[in-house]
Amino acid sequence: MTAPVLPSVRIQAEDFDLAAEMARVAAGRKDIGAIVTFSGLCRDEAGALAALELEHYPGMAEAEIGRIAMEAMARWPLQGLTAIHRYGKVRPGENIVLVIAASAHRQAAFEAASFLMDYLKSRAPFWKKEHRADGTQGAWIDAKEADERATARWDRTSPLDRKA
Amino acid sequence: MKLIYFAWVRERIGKPEEEIDLPAGIETVSDLLRWLRGQGDEYEHALQVPEVIRVAIDQEHVDHREKIGGAREIALFPPMTGG
Repeated sequence: MTAPVLPSVRIQAEDFDLAAEMARVAAGRKDIGAIVTFSGLCRDEAGALAALELEHYPGMAEAEIGRIAMEAMARWPLQGLTAIHRYGKVRPGENIVLVIAASAHRQAAFEAASFLMDYLKSRAPFWKKEHRADGTQGAWIDAKEADERATARWDRTSPLDRKA
Repeated sequence: MKLIYFAWVRERIGKPEEEIDLPAGIETVSDLLRWLRGQGDEYEHALQVPEVIRVAIDQEHVDHREKIGGAREIALFPPMTGG
């Protein structure tokens, strides 16, 4: 019997290594049949964007993603779950976020990774500000209603939705 | 009680955080937002559409009806855009 898994949540300025993080999830286990990874990258918006500045709420960022990860662990049979979110200045082509979900079968891994990303986008305390390539003052990115709807599709009786 | 601001709420108010003494009669998050709006032009500018302001008490999301009694830290911020 393998020990129960705890999600790994990290908030960091530095980049991450997808292959190393995946290997860490799989290390020492023979019960994983599927690993889904999702990477979110910074786009250049057709050349208009020089960088994104990611502001976060230290402490709450870790706590909130941890709560979302625990909810994912409760909903799907997972053998591993990792979430890494960067803060600070991120340039086009660079990584912003990584989610890894490991399970015996692919459906749970796909769904858990998707769930984690949807909730992370609408509930994790991060805000993106643009730095524009032409040097003009960039704006704060607006929250998208589509992201809220994406979160709503997971609604059941999530403890995450009971408050707020 | 400590108030913390993020993103454009922080920029408009002009400071990242402050300690406040809550006047009597402020019971809920809504009460707090209404009172804070009256504290100067920068607060009015930041909080003029209170329904878009998201609030966390002691690092957990709450809605505007939540009671704030006993809170150590209340954060005000725009809708989140991480991921």
